[in-house]
Amino acid sequence: MTEYGFAYLDEPTKRMIRRALLKALAVPGYQVPFASREMPMPYGWGTGGVQVTAAILMPEDRLKVIDQGADDTTNAVSIRRFFARVAGVETTTATEDATVIQTRHRIPETPLSEGQILVYQVPIPEPLRFLEPREPETRRMHALEEYGLMHVKLYEDIARHGRVTTSYAYPVRVEGHYVMDPSPIPAFDNPKMEMDAIQLFGAGREQRIYAIPPHTKVVSLDFDDHPFEPGRAPQTCALCGAADSYLDEVVTDDAGGRMFVCSDTDFCGGRRARGLRGPGLSVAAGDVA
Amino acid sequence: MYVATKGGEVAIDAAHAWLAEERRGDAATPALTDAQVTGQLTLSVARVMVEGALYDPDLAALAIRQARGDLIEAVFLIRAYRTTLPRLGYTDPIDTGAMQCERRISATFKDLPGGQVLGPTFDYTHRLLDFALAAEGLEPTTTREGPVPPKPRVSGLLDREGLMEPAEEGGVPGDVTRTPLSLPADRATRLQVLARADEGFLLSMAYSTQRGFGRTHAFVGELRIGAVVVEMEIPELGFGIEIGEMVVTECETVNQFTGSGVAPPQFTRGYGLTLGRCERKAISMSLVDRALRAEELGEETGAPAQDQEFVLMHSDNVQATGFLEHIKLPHYVDFQAELELIRRLRREAGERREAAE
Repeated sequence: MTEYGFAYLDEPTKRMIRRALLKALAVPGYQVPFASREMPMPYGWGTGGVQVTAAILMPEDRLKVIDQGADDTTNAVSIRRFFARVAGVETTTATEDATVIQTRHRIPETPLSEGQILVYQVPIPEPLRFLEPREPETRRMHALEEYGLMHVKLYEDIARHGRVTTSYAYPVRVEGHYVMDPSPIPAFDNPKMEMDAIQLFGAGREQRIYAIPPHTKVVSLDFDDHPFEPGRAPQTCALCGAADSYLDEVVTDDAGGRMFVCSDTDFCGGRRARGLRGPGLSVAAGDVA
Repeated sequence: MYVATKGGEVAIDAAHAWLAEERRGDAATPALTDAQVTGQLTLSVARVMVEGALYDPDLAALAIRQARGDLIEAVFLIRAYRTTLPRLGYTDPIDTGAMQCERRISATFKDLPGGQVLGPTFDYTHRLLDFALAAEGLEPTTTREGPVPPKPRVSGLLDREGLMEPAEEGGVPGDVTRTPLSLPADRATRLQVLARADEGFLLSMAYSTQRGFGRTHAFVGELRIGAVVVEMEIPELGFGIEIGEMVVTECETVNQFTGSGVAPPQFTRGYGLTLGRCERKAISMSLVDRALRAEELGEETGAPAQDQEFVLMHSDNVQATGFLEHIKLPHYVDFQAELELIRRLRREAGERREAAE
C-alpha cells in the first residue's frame, strides 16, 4: 500500500490527534474535541480507536486487537489486518507481548504493565448523555462538576430494584473530578482501570478523545451503603477452569445446554498451555487451539 | 464438544470472495464500466459526489460499481478516500453568478432577465415507464443550445429594492472536516454540514417545515444548475488562476419575515448548494438552512428542523449508518453482564416475595 502514509493517516492529522491525546492525558477524564476523520471502516466499528492507534503507532510497535476480549472476533481480525497492511507493524495475540492493545468492550485479564497502551473504542463518550441529550448542557455540567443527575439515577435504581442496574459502561469518577464513561466494558472490568499502562479512549463519530494516565485514581460511582459491585457469571471457565475471569455464556444445544468460557481468549489459551483444565475439557482432548 | 472459535479469518475471506462474485453478477453479462456509470447514471454519481464531499465523477462511478449500487456505501468509500488526501489549500469562493447555466428557473417571477431555462428536467415528463428504453430503442435527438450568457441572480433583483435582507458578508468560513463541530454552530458551518448531509434526511426535514413544524413560507427565488470555474490563489503568483470547472446546483429561497424591533419587514434567505446536479437536495437544504435561522431571526422555535443540534448531529449518513449497523457486531460481553443482572434481579425479587409471604 504505497498510496497511503504510515498507518493510513497523513502526518498533520496524526499531529492533531496527538495534541488532543496530550491534552487528554493532562486532564484525565476530560473529553477533548478532535477533528475526527472518516476512516475506511464504518462509524461504530471503532473509528475513534483506530484513529488513536494510527496516531500513536511506531514502526517498532507490536499490536494486539481484541473485540469482546477475543483476538479472533471478526472486527478484531479486520482492524488487526488493517494495521498490518497500512503500518506494517508486527501483530500479536499475547497480551504481555503487545505494546499497543486496541480493544472493544473488554480490558484484558492479564494485568498491563508500564510501557503498554490500551486504546478503547468508544461509541458514546458522554456518561451523562442518556440523562441529558444536549451537548452544551452536559459540557456545563462537567465544568461545574454538577453530577447530581447521575447520583439520582443510581439512587432511583436502588430504590426500585435494590441495586444499581447498570451492568456495563458503568460510570467512573477520574482523579476526583470528571465523571467518565469507561466505554461499554462490563462493570467487572472497572476496577482494572487503575493500572500501570496508559489508557486512551477514542470516539470517532462523536469526535472526542479522553485518557487516563497510569496510576490515576478511577472510582466507580456508588454510595457508602450500596458499594460498587462488579458482576460476573458465577461459573468457572469450562476450558481452563478460571474462577476469576469474565465469562461468555455459550449456548451448546437447543435443550437449555450452556457452557461458560473465558471471554479473554489469550488469557484462557495461556492457562491451558500451562496445563490447566476446566470441567468442559477432558485431558485427552487437551490441545484445542 | 465446544472449541474456542478460531473461524474469524476464514469467515472474512470467504465473505469477501462471495461479495466480489455477487458484485460482478452473471459473468455472461458484460461488466459495467465507469464511463457507462458517469455517462448514464449521472444523478447517482452526483449524489455520491456531494455526500462524499469530493468532486470526481470517475471516482464516484468506481465507488458506485464497487458498492453494488448502494449509494450510501459508495459515499462511504469516497469519504474514506477523501480523508487521506492532503489539504493543499483552499480555493477562492466560486462565483455562481457567472455560472454557465444549463437550467435556471425562478418560481417568484414569471419572466426575468436571463429568462427561464428548463434544461434537462424530469419536471414535466409523464412518469410512464418507457418500454422503448427497455428495448434499447430510439436514440434521443438533441436540441441543446450552446452556452448561455451569465444570468443575474433573483435575490440581487430584490436586493436592489431593499426588500431582501442583505447577504451576510462572510469572513473565512471554518472547515468541518478539519475542526470538530462545536455547538451552537454559525451559519457557514451549518451549511457545510448540510451540504454533506443525507439527501433523504434533508428532504424529510424540509418537508416537515412545509407541513407546519417550523413553517417558513419558502418560495424558490431561484434554482440554477451549471458549470462554474474554480480558481485558486497561488501565493507565489499573487493572483488567482483557474484550476478547473465543476457543475453545481444552487437554490436560493425567499421567505417571509414580519420584522422585529430592529429590522423592518423584509424577505429573508435560505440557501442551498451542492456539487453536481442535486436539485432536490439543494432545495431541501435551503429550506432547512432557513429553518435553522429561526432563533437568529427571533422566530418561534421548537420544531425539529429548527433545532440545530438535532439536525446537524443526525444528518450525516456515513455516521448514522455506521452507528446504526454496528449493533450487528458482537455485544456478547455486555449482554452477558445484562443476563447476570436480570437473573440476579429476578432471584432477589423472588426471595423478597417469599420472605413477604
